[in-house]
Amino acid sequence: MVPIHAYLMLAMILFGIGAFGVLVSRNVIVMFMSVELMLNAANLVLIAFSRALGVVDGHVFVFLVLAVAAAEAAVGLAMIITIYRNRETINIDRYNLLKW
Amino acid sequence: MSEYLFWIPLLPLLGFLINGLLLGKLPRPVVSAVACVSVGLSFVLSLLLFFELRSLPPAAREIEQVLFTWIAAGSFHVDIAFLLDPLSAVMILVVTGVGFLIHVYSTGYMHHDKDFGRYFAYLNLFTFSMLTLVLANNFLLMFVGWEGVGLCSYLLIGFWFHKKSASDAGKKAFIVNRIGDFGFLLGMFIIFWQVGSLEFKTVMEQAPAMFVAGGGLITAACLLLFVGATGKSAQIPLYVWLPDAMEGPTPVSALIHAATMVTAGVYMIARSSVLYMMAPDALMVVAIIGAATAFFAATIGLAQNDIKRVLAYSTVSQLGYMFLACGVAAFGAGIFHLMTHAFFKALLFLAAGSVIHAMSEKQDMREMGGLKKYLPITYMTMLIATLAIAGIPGLSGFFSKDEILWKAFSSQHGHWLLWLVGFITAGLTAFYMFRLIYMTFHGKERMDEHTRSHIHESPRSMTVPLMALAVLSVIGGYIGMPHIFGVTNYFEEWLAPVVHGPGHQAASHALAAAGADTSMEWALMAASVILVIIAIFVARHFYNKKPEAATAMAEKMSGMKTLLANKYYVDEFYGATVVRPIVNGSLFLWKFVDVVIIDGTINGLAVISRDISEVLRYVQGGKVRNYATVFVAGVIVLVAYFIFG
Repeated sequence: MVPIHAYLMLAMILFGIGAFGVLVSRNVIVMFMSVELMLNAANLVLIAFSRALGVVDGHVFVFLVLAVAAAEAAVGLAMIITIYRNRETINIDRYNLLKW
Repeated sequence: MSEYLFWIPLLPLLGFLINGLLLGKLPRPVVSAVACVSVGLSFVLSLLLFFELRSLPPAAREIEQVLFTWIAAGSFHVDIAFLLDPLSAVMILVVTGVGFLIHVYSTGYMHHDKDFGRYFAYLNLFTFSMLTLVLANNFLLMFVGWEGVGLCSYLLIGFWFHKKSASDAGKKAFIVNRIGDFGFLLGMFIIFWQVGSLEFKTVMEQAPAMFVAGGGLITAACLLLFVGATGKSAQIPLYVWLPDAMEGPTPVSALIHAATMVTAGVYMIARSSVLYMMAPDALMVVAIIGAATAFFAATIGLAQNDIKRVLAYSTVSQLGYMFLACGVAAFGAGIFHLMTHAFFKALLFLAAGSVIHAMSEKQDMREMGGLKKYLPITYMTMLIATLAIAGIPGLSGFFSKDEILWKAFSSQHGHWLLWLVGFITAGLTAFYMFRLIYMTFHGKERMDEHTRSHIHESPRSMTVPLMALAVLSVIGGYIGMPHIFGVTNYFEEWLAPVVHGPGHQAASHALAAAGADTSMEWALMAASVILVIIAIFVARHFYNKKPEAATAMAEKMSGMKTLLANKYYVDEFYGATVVRPIVNGSLFLWKFVDVVIIDGTINGLAVISRDISEVLRYVQGGKVRNYATVFVAGVIVLVAYFIFG
């Protein structure tokens, strides 16, 4: 039996990588993938506790998060494509129409 | 017949509506026909109703027509209703009769003016307002007419509004009148407060029961009404607007600023005679103000060189006579002088207008002289009017002025000092009027060659009204001859049911009936006639025989002359004490309170939020990763707070 803190450590590392990716990347697609990584880190924590405590609540939340993440991926990618058609770039720093 | 009463004011109103709504669409002959016919019909109707009124027994001479309820709020009830009694009958005859002649005259005088239609529309509106004023059966409707004539006066003084002096004079007249109107309103409030009605009949019947005779309240009400009268009728201290009102067309000066509107105050006081009889102190104030104004304005008239300004000050002075009469409780004499004055003063103004017309719009008498042979009709008619105003026996002005002087002397409210002031003023009047005649019509021709070549007698439309008024100026006085001539004073008897100084009237009747000592009255009459004749000869000496003597005299008394020519600096005094502080106060409110404090607060708030935003907007740098960094930092802080806090 893998102790729960191992899962938590892994989740924390995954979340850290995701957050780091969002903060440093200029590529919208990469940022998008990093966000997905952070979501799954949270999912991992939920599953780990659910299993350790022997209840199914965590599973329910995870399915919810997966569904939302799928919808978000669809909408987000569609938006990125549309923006790319207009500005011909995926560099997030050039998406600054609303600056000031 | 009496059901046609409301047509008297309505006809001029229709004339105004036709000319006013179709402004600039109607050809000139139609405009003048509409204007003259409406007032002419009004005059005919007034005559018919006058005869109907006369056929009634004296105590029942009263025709009232209630058209509809105007205001009904609780106990406050005001009708649109007209009242024809002996007093208003005299007034409507004067207003429509003299008004009609002036309308006819105007068709000639204003012939060249491009705003012909506008002029006649205003003139008809004025006639309507004035008739409403005199026919109203309550104070409030009278006030409507009162304001209406004020408005028309403003519009007509400023008729040539492109001239700055004319529009200024219009504003001055309006503003000064507002001060008086405020007094009128307050007086009306006191009456309503005490009596609970504004209808003349109710007020006059119930006032003796509701007010303490001679008490503070009735005195205050009368004095406040008199403040209104001083504004409208140009008495001290509110007379300053009338001389400036001469900026308007001359027929307007004749109609509004000599014959009708300015006498509204006298009419109002005569109408409220019952109230004034209960307030002897107020009567005394009226008499003193009247006498002072008569004298004061006459002295200013001595030194004016503008032909219309002389007449304007003369009007102020004659109005002072009327108030003097009212103040000594001789209301009938005041109204009598009002009527004769309407005849001869309208004639003087119209004749002056004829002179100005001939002189190519020049009004300075120093540039006239010798006009007698160019303008024979104008000269003759103006001379008649001048003799009438000077008080030469046999002409209308003599009878009315003499009656006022006698009443000022003999009435129980009178005083020999009041008589003396009136007596001296009569001499001054004769002097300045003949100065005007001599400077204008006699002596050397002082105009330039160009003007001389244009001098012409006025057209028929102008000379016929002059002649008609001249006839009235001669015969108008015979209806009110004093008792000492052994005849009935028809005018006084006619007015007796409405305006009465109770007791006094009876006493004077008794005096005449008993054949009491009339030598005093004869003596005073003779004295004033002699004074007038002397004044005329003095004027002839200075301004006809020896003009150089006048110049020498003027140099000797240059201080006095400057003082008079500048009208005692009253305008300057008012400017310094009233106008300037108000202007400065308004400037303070505008430049400081409004601009600095009110606008400053609002603009200050806006500036503050703008400046804060100016700093804060740099937070929105447009770099998504920066937002994310701040977001993550915020999350870390929150988590740290929950873990360690």
